[in-house]
Amino acid sequence: MSLFLIVLLPFLGALLPGLMIRAGRQACYTATLLVTATAAIGLLTHLPAVLRGETPTARLAWLPGLGLDVNLFLDPLGFMFAGLILGIGLLIIAYARHYLSRDDNMGEFFSYLLLFQGAMVGIVLSDNILLLLIFWELTSLSSFLLIGFWKHLPEGRQGARMALAVTGMGGLALIGGMLMLGGIVGSYDLSVILEQRDVVQASPLYVPALLLILLGCFTKSAQFPFHFWLPHAMAAPTPVSAYLHSATMVKAGLFLMARLWPVLAGTPEWTWLVASAGLVTMVLGAFIAIFKHDLKALLAFSTVSHLGLITFLLGTGTAFGAMAAVFHILNHASFKAALFMSAGIVDHEAHTRDMRRLGGLRRLMPITFAIATLAGLSMAGIPLLNGFLSKEMMLEEAAHTTLFGMPMLVTVVATLGALFSAAYSFRLIAHTFFGAERDDYPAHPHDPKPGMWLPPALLIIPVVVIGLFPALAEPFVKLVTGAVIGTAAELPDAHLKIWHGLTPALLMSAIAVVGGALLLSVFAPLSRIWEAAPRPEAKDIFDRLIAACVGLARPITRGLHDGAFTRYAAIMVLTVVAVGAHAWFSGTTGAEIRRPLLPVTPVAIAAWAMLIAATGFLVAAHRNRLAVLMLMGIIGLMVSVGFNHFSAPDLALTQISVEVVTIILLLLALNFLPNTTPNESGAARRTRDAIIAGAGGVAAAGLIWSILSTEFPIAPISDYHLANSYKGGGGDNVVNVILVDFRGFDTFGEIIVLGIAALVIYALTETLLSGKVRRKLLNRGHEEARAGDAHPLMMVVLTRVMMPVILMVGVYIFLRGHNSPGGGFVAGLVVAIAVVTQYMASGFAWAARRQRYPYHGIIGAGVLVAGLTGIGAWLVGQPFLTSAFGYFRIPPMEEFELATAMGFDLGVFLAVVGAVMLSLESFSRLGYRAGTETSDHAMDIDPSRDEELAPAAGGQEKGI
Amino acid sequence: MELLIASAVGVLTAAGIYMVLRLRTFPVIIGTSLLSYAVNVFLFASGRLAMDAPPVLRDGAERYTDPLPQALVLTAIVISFGMTAVVVIIALGSWLSADDDLVDRPAEPRETAQ
Repeated sequence: MSLFLIVLLPFLGALLPGLMIRAGRQACYTATLLVTATAAIGLLTHLPAVLRGETPTARLAWLPGLGLDVNLFLDPLGFMFAGLILGIGLLIIAYARHYLSRDDNMGEFFSYLLLFQGAMVGIVLSDNILLLLIFWELTSLSSFLLIGFWKHLPEGRQGARMALAVTGMGGLALIGGMLMLGGIVGSYDLSVILEQRDVVQASPLYVPALLLILLGCFTKSAQFPFHFWLPHAMAAPTPVSAYLHSATMVKAGLFLMARLWPVLAGTPEWTWLVASAGLVTMVLGAFIAIFKHDLKALLAFSTVSHLGLITFLLGTGTAFGAMAAVFHILNHASFKAALFMSAGIVDHEAHTRDMRRLGGLRRLMPITFAIATLAGLSMAGIPLLNGFLSKEMMLEEAAHTTLFGMPMLVTVVATLGALFSAAYSFRLIAHTFFGAERDDYPAHPHDPKPGMWLPPALLIIPVVVIGLFPALAEPFVKLVTGAVIGTAAELPDAHLKIWHGLTPALLMSAIAVVGGALLLSVFAPLSRIWEAAPRPEAKDIFDRLIAACVGLARPITRGLHDGAFTRYAAIMVLTVVAVGAHAWFSGTTGAEIRRPLLPVTPVAIAAWAMLIAATGFLVAAHRNRLAVLMLMGIIGLMVSVGFNHFSAPDLALTQISVEVVTIILLLLALNFLPNTTPNESGAARRTRDAIIAGAGGVAAAGLIWSILSTEFPIAPISDYHLANSYKGGGGDNVVNVILVDFRGFDTFGEIIVLGIAALVIYALTETLLSGKVRRKLLNRGHEEARAGDAHPLMMVVLTRVMMPVILMVGVYIFLRGHNSPGGGFVAGLVVAIAVVTQYMASGFAWAARRQRYPYHGIIGAGVLVAGLTGIGAWLVGQPFLTSAFGYFRIPPMEEFELATAMGFDLGVFLAVVGAVMLSLESFSRLGYRAGTETSDHAMDIDPSRDEELAPAAGGQEKGI
Repeated sequence: MELLIASAVGVLTAAGIYMVLRLRTFPVIIGTSLLSYAVNVFLFASGRLAMDAPPVLRDGAERYTDPLPQALVLTAIVISFGMTAVVVIIALGSWLSADDDLVDRPAEPRETAQ
């Protein structure tokens, strides 16, 4: 199976549980299991190749310009992790099937789980560190969803937030570190980076990159001082804890350290940082774990401790250390997942995980007892179980490691860690399963159904088998170790054996086990001391830190972003002006060539004066809203006249038609809005606004003046358009050719935006009309007297006569568009105006009844026609929207041109007609009262005006 | 002539900003419309001004004005209609459903110590 598919399957499969849950929990579970099983089988198909020493790869260029490619490779290290992720994933899914109660949304849970699984598999198979970063962030996000799965629990939400904050911050640091690493090597491909050990370690950026990368790894793998998030993440459902904290999430940091081991390890900085962080974490985590009463909390701190152990082993920088680390990753995943699941079983059956309320369960839950005891003894490092082997290798490595120039330091600390580890393991077994049976369990405990205990039982098999026959695992461990160390070191000669002779490690191991047992015997007094001793609570510190950040951010946010739109607008204008002024006064533009100015003509002055006067009046009289609309009309007219004057006939046509529909639109809106704007702002505010506006105006005027009075600093690209418009696009109107050909893709996007805008308006209108607004609109009285003839005779006749003429003009403008001013945009607007006049003159009901095609359909047809025209180019092997044209002659007519661009322009035309009409129609619908009597005859006199007279008239009739 | 265009752009911009800073929806919408006039003219003029030189290819024509800004502004004009319409329906919705056409959210009382 392709590596792409292995990574992609969980992501695609994440859709399934959410869908299948409708078919029942069993269907949902089966679908999830099948997805993971398929991916696992796909992975196994590569096993022979991996064992042969080959590295299957899959490469796909994604953003080669950024160095971001979807390059995947499957070396033994990646294979081991992917196997753990998918294999333990299968067991977790099976376990979760029985663990989740009916109140839990199983579909949602499995969807998150598969998302997380996909992200994890992505991390371990990535051959590109940028791709790896993407998957890394995805694990942070999906684990956030998993940890906070029980949204009703505040602990769950807080734990999820804390995990996200810590691992997310680490992820940011990691991005920086990875970018530096890629910058040093000049490639973001892991397989390239891994061969550049000397280049990387000689670089001055090595230490910063190392610090940032380690920050990412330490936060993810809960290394001291970032260990505190992991215990709080235990608020998650137990399957999540078992999955995240045994085989996956927290191992991602270890994976990355192992992955980058060949380039980063071996320097003093690496050893100091990684080995000492690992040691501290190992001892601290193990010590705290002893005193945790909650089974999951104990396991959480023990996980922290074991992660520290592995980190320490990677940190020593020796090949033997790497081998021990690989072996312990395998062993820890098996016994820790089994332990988490056992803890979940106890919780599930006894309804508590508190060891003070447990004890004596060995007869009540014999199967769980057996599983948990074997796994726990393995964790303690008891011979004949797999935990013993790797722990002894760790002690062996510790005996040979010197940190900070003190020979015995590491030996003593490592032994202490192993001792604490034995103590909490013994306590877990003793305080849960041994002791007297009690009669006050919250629920009567008994072994669960096989579906629940089988998954952990399966995990016990490797615990025992590897423990008894370590040689079985040796070839694979050595293969993976070889992948970790790469060419940076020789594969160690050591073998995986139970009996190495009387070595220092054996002595240390014995001290640890005996010491652990002794420690447990004095647990009660020790625990009292622990409870009484003051100790820093990480969650409080974290909460205070977050509160301090929020306290810092809040005044700034409140000051800038207080919900007042006018404030944002003012801030934005001032910022733009300030930044622009800075550029103006400090920037350089190169040589400025003055441009001869055009002479001023009297007509131009007249138009300018009208524009300025209209704008001035508009601002002065802006409270009278109807007057504002009229003045807007003058301004729009002057702008289009200006366009025409300065050689832009297309713009003039468009501007004037848009002007018409905009004013109609605003008139329709004004029908519902108040007619005047109240006077609310005081003199100070108006002065302030005037100053801001003045600054903006001066800035805009100054900028355009400096542009207009100088030549182009670099030659414009327009010559290309002018030269190729006819040759390439077959049109004389360069503006139109640019729209439908050179920049056709832009136009395509723009008509889609226009269509979406119209649909938004339609949807909002629908929403408004379905709520209380509808009642309000129906009860709305008319504030002012209405004209007697709502549909004046003259206007109705005129618009109906004009309709075909305007349509003809529209068709004409459309057809000539390619070679003369015009085209789809203008034609669309003109036709829309023709239709709108019918609505205005003859009434909504009358016009709507004669309208056969829904405007949504017209928009859709327009976008489709434009798109299909573009796609048509594919059929002849050309890129999207390449146009073709030719000249044809149909006998009675003259020779004329046909261009595919015309099809595209037709799409533009339809989309514009549809969008404009749908917007205006939606506005009109607000005013139209469904169900009220409307005359079918457009020219009728409005009957409601005569209502006051009606009684009198009726009386008269009666009288007669 | 350039001075006329520059000053017109400046006046339209200033009027637009002033109207955008008003407190009710309707003047704000008018303000954005004025600003879009200003921006469209600005963009158009950045191709420099020329008279009697439309970018329509003809025999014997010596010069053409820059067609590219025109094409960009043409779609901008149409899009700005669409955007105005969307803003207007939002303003209408707020007025019809809440009887309120203020653009500022009322200042919330300062939070005291948590």
